[in-house]
Amino acid sequence: MSAVVGPVLAADAAPNPWFSLSYVTGNGSAILGYLGEHVRLTILAVVLGTVIALPLALVARRFRFLSAPLLGLSTIIYTIPSLAMFALLFPLSGLSSTTVLIGLVAYSLVILLRNFVAGLAAVPADVQEAARGMGYGPARMFVAVELPLALPTFMAGLRIATVSTVALTTVGVLVGHGGLGQLIVGGFNANFYRAEIVTGALGCILLALLFDVILAGVGRLLTPWARVRA
Amino acid sequence: MNDFSRAFVYLNDPFNWNRTDGEGILHLLEEHLAISAIAVLLAMAVALPTGVILGHRSTGGGFIVALSNVSRAIPTLALLTIFAVTPIGFGDTATTIALAIFAIPPILTNTFVGFREVDPDVKESARAMGMSPRQVIARAELPLAVPLVMTGIRTASVQVVATAGLAALVGGGGLGVLINLGFGQQDYGLMIAGAILVAGLALLTELALVVLSWVVTPGPRRSPFRRHRLRTATPGEAMTVGVPL
Repeated sequence: MSAVVGPVLAADAAPNPWFSLSYVTGNGSAILGYLGEHVRLTILAVVLGTVIALPLALVARRFRFLSAPLLGLSTIIYTIPSLAMFALLFPLSGLSSTTVLIGLVAYSLVILLRNFVAGLAAVPADVQEAARGMGYGPARMFVAVELPLALPTFMAGLRIATVSTVALTTVGVLVGHGGLGQLIVGGFNANFYRAEIVTGALGCILLALLFDVILAGVGRLLTPWARVRA
Repeated sequence: MNDFSRAFVYLNDPFNWNRTDGEGILHLLEEHLAISAIAVLLAMAVALPTGVILGHRSTGGGFIVALSNVSRAIPTLALLTIFAVTPIGFGDTATTIALAIFAIPPILTNTFVGFREVDPDVKESARAMGMSPRQVIARAELPLAVPLVMTGIRTASVQVVATAGLAALVGGGGLGVLINLGFGQQDYGLMIAGAILVAGLALLTELALVVLSWVVTPGPRRSPFRRHRLRTATPGEAMTVGVPL
């Protein structure tokens, strides 16, 4: 009689809650391990992206003819889907978190480069001229004049890059290093276990929000003059 | 023979394009495009009217900014998986709904900004010429907002075509199937072939929609591949609404 219900008996017969506290407490160490990998990949990707993007932005500003090809290339990289990116990097670095890291650095690099270029371009020319008139050399001008003025745009770029990197890391499941993404696809493969999937998804969102709040706070601390106006 | 040349061999075999066992490239391509097109159309049906009305009235900006920020924090993979385990079940329907939800924020944000940023003098002149509120929207605001509306549709479409591949990780269809299958069978040539197809399709979509925006934008036209591209590549615009794929 009940045989006509359909082919999804196994999934429906067992309790399959959307969230389960006992799942979280029972698998705490595994979840923390994935969370740790997620945090490590995100921070490394954004830091490496910054380290590469900042000199590139300076080069793009110094040599104007390079800025169009650099931004064009970055648009193309940005258009490549993450799944394809990780698949294409796989022959290079195999089943390691390096594969994921290279892809994440490429994406964060693109976001950061655009924001760095825009931030530097928005520094008023008369301020630069005043600094030059006061005898500032290029290095001191960058540190003492341009960097503070471009900081809000830089921080906006960092926040976007960080939040998107947290989301993108999940796609690393393709090569087995997706951080919390492992829980999302792991739960799907464990007979559609919803509690595991939702734990992974919620973890990603909370992690992204946490990073965003921290970076917003850092931005506020670094630009005390912006608060006076507001 | 390395994986890349294996991928080209795979792509060069007509059998792999036409086979009917569910792995044929043409079949998967068709499925991929159908899912993407329906998702974008669904998103447009929701986001365009909302964006036009809110932008016309200049209200709801805070809500839209919050929406687009929150949507960036939600991994596409998570939403695809969650829809796959609802009673809808995994497959093309769940994929389409999840992708449509992700396509809403870029279209909504750009439409809203496009309509809100129309010069108030233009609206007033249109009213003074006796246009009804509807005519003001359709004949004065719309032509001016078209470039941004099209940017939103382009961003959303490229994003949908790119992320549709992820559905294969959770039992969905489309070209991502080749990547997932190739990985699962340790046939890395197949995986690379899938990656090339998915990436190529995303780039072609971007290109096609740049041309489409150029065609539908009224007024004096600039070639989309010269100064205009440079302008849209400036971050303020592109990177506050763009969502990574």
